[in-house]
Amino acid sequence: MIQVKGLRKSYQATPVLRDLTFEVAKGEFFGVIGPNGSGKSTLCKLLSGVVGLDAGEIILDGKEVGGYSRKELARLLAVLEQEALPPVGFLVREVLEMGRFPYQNWLGEDTEDAQPLIDEIVHLLRLEDLEQRSLEHLSGGEKQRVALGKALVQKPRILLLDEPTTYLDIGYQIQLMDIVRSWQKTTQVTVVAVLHDLNLASLYCDRILMLNQGRQVGVGTPEQILRSGLIEEVYGVRPIILEHPVHHLPQIMLQSVRP
Amino acid sequence: MKGRLLFWSGVGGLLLLLSMVLSISMGAANLPPSQVWLILLHQVPVVGDFITVSWPESAEQIVMKVRFPRVILAVLVGACLSLAGAGFQGVLRNPLADPYTMGVASGAAVGAAFLILFGLHISFLGQWSIPLVAFLTGLLSLWIVLRLANTQGKLQTETLLLSGVVVQAFLGSLVSFMVSLSDKVVNEIVFWLLGSLSFRGWAYSYVLVPYLLIGLVVLVSYARSLNLFALGERQAAHLGVHVDRTKLLVLIISTMLTAAAVSISGIIGFVGLVVPHLVRLMMGPDYRLLLPMSTLFGGIYVLWADTLARMLLSPTEIPLGVITAFLGAPFFAYLLRMRKQQGRG
Repeated sequence: MIQVKGLRKSYQATPVLRDLTFEVAKGEFFGVIGPNGSGKSTLCKLLSGVVGLDAGEIILDGKEVGGYSRKELARLLAVLEQEALPPVGFLVREVLEMGRFPYQNWLGEDTEDAQPLIDEIVHLLRLEDLEQRSLEHLSGGEKQRVALGKALVQKPRILLLDEPTTYLDIGYQIQLMDIVRSWQKTTQVTVVAVLHDLNLASLYCDRILMLNQGRQVGVGTPEQILRSGLIEEVYGVRPIILEHPVHHLPQIMLQSVRP
Repeated sequence: MKGRLLFWSGVGGLLLLLSMVLSISMGAANLPPSQVWLILLHQVPVVGDFITVSWPESAEQIVMKVRFPRVILAVLVGACLSLAGAGFQGVLRNPLADPYTMGVASGAAVGAAFLILFGLHISFLGQWSIPLVAFLTGLLSLWIVLRLANTQGKLQTETLLLSGVVVQAFLGSLVSFMVSLSDKVVNEIVFWLLGSLSFRGWAYSYVLVPYLLIGLVVLVSYARSLNLFALGERQAAHLGVHVDRTKLLVLIISTMLTAAAVSISGIIGFVGLVVPHLVRLMMGPDYRLLLPMSTLFGGIYVLWADTLARMLLSPTEIPLGVITAFLGAPFFAYLLRMRKQQGRG
């Protein structure tokens, strides 16, 4: 579904991404991790086509990112941003309907009746009680759920999550990630998630790409990537890796230095 | 959505008609509103034939030659300015943007004053030349304001307002300088600058109508894009909006509307700020409703402002710009205050 070859990007002669090469299969849950400034967000911007690349290529569903029109791209790929939606006066239902923009012509006519799809997503995200409320009166967690709903209304085949759980408490974090995974099961959408939380990445991702200073440190399953040696090399702390008692996936414990 | 648009169009349309008749009936020679209705209906083909003339010839002269053209012009100018304000606010995501605060009105005034002072205003394109030159100088000043306000690709609300003030002050002094260069037309120019709609006749309305129609059609076709802008430029881009293209086009069209209004009525401030904001309070943030209704209610607003301008100290006229600033500036202060409180909370 996604092929990235020899990808490079610099901002004012400072290289941000150097030579990334990886592939993401259809229906895969693909995680991107790395410390601050490792180029995760830049990779996100390049994949979503809002910033152009310097060298290499990104192929989405058999075609270069730059070869799509903006609306075509929005039908193929939706993005859930880190920042919550701004407190504007639109109703939740209206924001969800905005997700249909890439399917509308200039008169605002849709290619199909989107109401059943929107109802389904409202139900999935448990937004029934919020539907007629305005964004101004929603909490951060609720707004992030609405933003996810809007992305799903786009019916994307690729869903890009840019640190979607940064400002959420653990309850909302798990809820959001669970919703994404259950949506993935029914629609076979390919998910690329930039994540800060390594334990969350381990729980949800089929494979993980680890970046450090714009370089690709490794791509592989959570067991292959979340090794204490590799994490110490990239993050500069030596963690303890344990196996999750239920999911049997690697989880990380941090150690503080005590006098 | 369609239902709400129809409902508000009906309410607005009715209000506009009522306001026009009332405004026409007011003046030094007082005409009863019922007479105004009959005189206006008399002009309509077919219907007019059923109405017997029961009014003096002078009344019809006053209505058709003096007051009606002025009322129409007020409505058109208000519609242009208010629509332009809604456009600026939408694309800059700044509730305090307006043709006046952005310095575009002053920019347009520089071009227009230049032509008037040097007697070039009917030279190469006839009555179209002032709006055209005003458009170009308005665009130039908008560009300068945006360049000044741009810090690392971001436009902060406060920086944008400051840049607007700076550019406006500079352009204002340019106009004043031009005025002092030539003293024989001083009074006319000064009065035009302060904003006035008196003694304009029908010709000016014909100039404004195409601008308003083009502006309305183009902006309304971008209404859904502007809705997405409200969620943030990046969000809009992810949903398939050509962010840069939309921004450029809406800014150009809004500047064009401003220039058209300014070249006819001078600088009438704060209309584009007050009206879209009131409309937003009444009908919500949806630009599909906000743009056409700002146009309609902008017309009503300036119509009443102009009625005040000619009635308040009658027979002396107050410049229209004085009235709108008197109403608009406190409103602006109120909005600024609200924003600050929101930022704290």
